[in-house]
Amino acid sequence: MTTVIPFGPQHPVLPEPVQLKLELDNDVVVGALPSLGYVHRGLEKFVDTKDYNQTLYICERICGICSAIHSITYARAVEQLMNVEIPERAEYLRVIWSELARVQSHLLWLGLFADGFGFESLFMECWKYREAVMDIMEMTTGNRVITSMCKVGGTSKDLSKEHINIILKAIDDLEPQVKNLEKVFVNNYTVKKRLVGLGTLPKQLAYDVGAVGPTLRGSGVHFDIRESPSWSIYKDLNFKAVVENDGDCYARTKVRIYELYECFKLIRNAISKLPEGEISIQIKGSPTAGAEAISRSEQPRGEVVYYVKGNGTKNLERLKIRTPTFANIPALLQMLPGIKLADVPVVVLTVDPCISCTER
Amino acid sequence: MALAKSPWIIHVNCNSCNGCDIEVLACLTPLYDAERFGVLNIGTPKQADIMVVTGSINYKNVNVLKNIYNQIPDPKVVLAVGACASTGGIFHDCYNVIGGVDQVIPVDAYVPGCCPRPEAILDGVVAALSVLESKSQGKIKGKDVKLKGNEVPSNA
Repeated sequence: MTTVIPFGPQHPVLPEPVQLKLELDNDVVVGALPSLGYVHRGLEKFVDTKDYNQTLYICERICGICSAIHSITYARAVEQLMNVEIPERAEYLRVIWSELARVQSHLLWLGLFADGFGFESLFMECWKYREAVMDIMEMTTGNRVITSMCKVGGTSKDLSKEHINIILKAIDDLEPQVKNLEKVFVNNYTVKKRLVGLGTLPKQLAYDVGAVGPTLRGSGVHFDIRESPSWSIYKDLNFKAVVENDGDCYARTKVRIYELYECFKLIRNAISKLPEGEISIQIKGSPTAGAEAISRSEQPRGEVVYYVKGNGTKNLERLKIRTPTFANIPALLQMLPGIKLADVPVVVLTVDPCISCTER
Repeated sequence: MALAKSPWIIHVNCNSCNGCDIEVLACLTPLYDAERFGVLNIGTPKQADIMVVTGSINYKNVNVLKNIYNQIPDPKVVLAVGACASTGGIFHDCYNVIGGVDQVIPVDAYVPGCCPRPEAILDGVVAALSVLESKSQGKIKGKDVKLKGNEVPSNA
């Protein structure tokens, strides 16, 4: 005899509305059925009425946490569609901002995750450190969350010498603080008791259900779009993907913590190699009819894919986005059976669900 | 008076892009620390005084919003945070967006911006508090939002 318990759409642990119908045998989950659509706005259809420059600002507002990388991926797709090369400085600036966005996103997730298993002081600690990154965002772009620093053809904002000094100093301050967080997340007895062995996703299964990002890398699959040839700039910056082998909640947490150090390294390397010159080029005309382009990049939650198709006018014929959380939901459904109801929030949070990305 | 000194808020995400949500959460964390004003984020509507709504409404979440609103005991105030919650924002023309939150429930204070800064949200909470105080003294009456019979979702 199973009981069905609705998890969401309004739930204290999840800030976002998503519903999981959990089938329970006593307090052990035997099945889960997701119900989506609470945040569906219909953005992909919106390109009919907006031109390709305006669509960038729509893409930026798909998700407020990974907005920088959404806009960069969209801009890369349109640049590919129109066969333009952007200045090298713009490429480096985009890397700096997208890695800063990743730092704030991972710190945000670590905090929410700590709150998810009831460690409230750790939640406050993570969010306190995160404010340093938000201050950099505000100083360099003028806004804390929706930064609008990217445009089709380059970036709309530049980093001055003072900005760079402040960023470097902030990162130097942040790194020891992250080391302190790492001590708690990796060594603390309570945290380990709660996470080790929970929600295990074996390597082959993770690959088969098409998991992406830290969920995939936490299961031992070495895959990160930043290492692919399409992102040649990351190779120059000496990037190495973080991979853990255990596949449980603890491994996924470790992936995100160690990725923070990787982000700091990338920001430092990008700043040291930042070339002088223009930050954007003027793009004229519109995409040719029938031309197609695909652009992929690594968001904090995993790989995002943008597909664009032109129709000869300023508007795009089609915009299709495959977001990381959408790809991780099948993986989540594989993790849930066999765990207790009290552990469901922890397991749901470990895939770092971003529902507004998923439903758009 | 006592109510306005320790208002508990419930945060409802309707159709938001997360931008306003993380700023609402940032209000509660150490840098902005709304808890020094007695503001506490609470998970259940039955214990809440202020309903902080982010994002516009769509055809699926409209009933969730009404249900949560009706579960909050009187006196209650609604704070619409962000451009989307106020008018539908950049998405007001999307096919699945009905519009601002005020189309279904009465809104007492609006916070503009995409996304509003935490200071602006705190300012909005303070503005909502003065309304809450008038309501608690019986100067303004709250009203229930009616759910049409077939609109009630079985699972919400």
